[in-house]
Amino acid sequence: MIVKIVSKNFDIPNSHKLDVALKHGRYTSLAKLFSMSPLEVIEEVSQSGLRGKGGGGAHTGDKWKLIPQDSQKPSYLVVNADESEPGTFKDRQILEFDPHLLIEGIINASYAINAHHAYVYIRGEYVFWAKRFQEAIDEAYAAGYLGKNVGGFGYALELTLHRGAGAYICGEKSALLESLEGKRGHPRLKPQGKEPEWFFGAPSVVNNVETIASVPYIIQNGATAYRQFGTECSPGTMLFGLSGHINNPGIYELPFGISMKEVIEKIGGGVKGGKRLKAVIPGGSSVCILKADEIENVTLDYESLKEHGSSLGTGGMIILDEDTSIPKAMKNLFEFYHHESCGQCTPCREGTGWVDKILKRILDGEGKKEDFDTMLDVCDMLNGKTICVFAPSVAFIANSYLSKFKDEFYKLCK
Amino acid sequence: MSGFSFNKENEEKFQALLQRYPNKASLCLPSLWMIQYQEGWISQEAMVYLAQKLDTTPMEIQSIASFYTMFNLKPIGKYHIQLCKTLSCMLNGSENIRDYLIKKLGIKPGETSKDGKFTLSLVECLGSCGTAPVIQLNDDYIQNVTIEKLDEILDGLK
Ligand SMILES: Cc1cc2nc3c(=O)[nH]c(=O)nc-3n(C[C@H](O)[C@H](O)[C@H](O)COP(=O)(O)O)c2cc1C
Ligand code: SF4
Ligand code: FES
Repeated sequence: MIVKIVSKNFDIPNSHKLDVALKHGRYTSLAKLFSMSPLEVIEEVSQSGLRGKGGGGAHTGDKWKLIPQDSQKPSYLVVNADESEPGTFKDRQILEFDPHLLIEGIINASYAINAHHAYVYIRGEYVFWAKRFQEAIDEAYAAGYLGKNVGGFGYALELTLHRGAGAYICGEKSALLESLEGKRGHPRLKPQGKEPEWFFGAPSVVNNVETIASVPYIIQNGATAYRQFGTECSPGTMLFGLSGHINNPGIYELPFGISMKEVIEKIGGGVKGGKRLKAVIPGGSSVCILKADEIENVTLDYESLKEHGSSLGTGGMIILDEDTSIPKAMKNLFEFYHHESCGQCTPCREGTGWVDKILKRILDGEGKKEDFDTMLDVCDMLNGKTICVFAPSVAFIANSYLSKFKDEFYKLCK
Repeated sequence: MSGFSFNKENEEKFQALLQRYPNKASLCLPSLWMIQYQEGWISQEAMVYLAQKLDTTPMEIQSIASFYTMFNLKPIGKYHIQLCKTLSCMLNGSENIRDYLIKKLGIKPGETSKDGKFTLSLVECLGSCGTAPVIQLNDDYIQNVTIEKLDEILDGLK
């Protein structure tokens, strides 16, 4: 089942070192890249159908097209290595085992959008991974893959690593840019129409680490080669994660479109301790939970998960065994969301806290049946009327826990 | 008067970073990190110093620094034990590890031991869910934490 595009070099000893990376194909896409025009590069990425791996699944080519090609103003590429969505731990594998693949991808993407400075925003906790990546940047500068004349092809590109400092919301792209501009990580109000992101008033693209790391393969081998994996609407592969009650937790690169159940059983080795599966949170904590009987026909791609009432998200599956208390799991996530709300919008700041409090009361055995409806009301308030999608998605997932496991909540209430 | 200034190394880093951003406001987080590595925490004096360097107000620096959980606005223990409490870690026994740490260290989450050696914190997902439970000890991750492993590491700390 496993297909290695992004993870091809992960198991090679010292794969993070430039000399080893070069022996295993890194930076070979550059000759092809610089023989194409930036527009041709964007077109190839569009044709490949590459979709963002940061959780949203936006079409990468479409995003790049929003950057004006003939602008006098500089444009910027900003790579999102904030990786803070519970259940998600894939980007760090790239930073750890193939940082030069990411740099190669950054060169590809920067050239396409005419950026001469790229930033990688990495979560503050990833100290080891920041050091690892900085070493790779230093190596790349020394060998001429970054700087005034990238690979000898006459393109200038600077790359700067920027550390966050502990704030989940800085993974949201406009909050990330605010943070990169030296401010609090407050998401921005989005305009109605389609436009690029803005870094100090300059048009910018924000892409996830894995998205960018997928680009060199596409440029080197062509869109059709990428499309041989996956499905029509979800082409290619993704670094899927397994964690929670699972025998073989980890990150596995899989083509889109394969059976979730088989992945859990065959690759994940099934539920820990031989227990039965109760539920799966398919793509990081911010997507709707699926009961065991709902995953029978789910395949790992955008269409199938949507059809089954959830989302692919970051591909980080959290596995829950039959003994898991859903109210307790939900409370755990609401502590997270309450803590991580940026606080700009009152419904979000307060509502997440209220639900957390009610869940505590229920788990302490002091809940009433009315509390269940109160939670639904609070979620209703969270939905809409906020600056970013954090609050509505929290409301959405809360509804999935409450509606699918209503009995379990009721049993705990008086 | 400000009682803080960057050491030579950090001043050089600061000057080098000035070249790498379109606007020096971007140096806020990198500078706060430098202050924290230099002093162990971020004092009022240091914020006044940084405000001057970035042409902004100490209030503004304060509001930024306090937004990010990793910045210590008061001194903490020599070893900062940050246990992940989020779902994948909870499902893999982080609550037992928490209770054990409270007993072993004699402090509650958020507290520092009297000798100033340990601070215990509960934190949200560390992006290491596949090797849960996870602790961040100062800059380093301890993955697949067990009580035995933890004892060995903590007992070896000076
Ligand atoms: C609350 C919130 C948190 C997010 N966290 C991350 C994150 O940690 N990493 C990431 O790459 N994208 C994250 N995103 C998605 C980004 O906003 C953005 O869509 C993404 O980085 C774009 O890159 P992509 O198109 O390559 O996926 C988050 C979005 C939201 C609303
Ligand atoms: S919805 Fe929540 S996280 Fe998003 S801007 Fe409002 S308060 Fe901040
Ligand atoms: S839940 Fe603990 S590292 Fe993700």
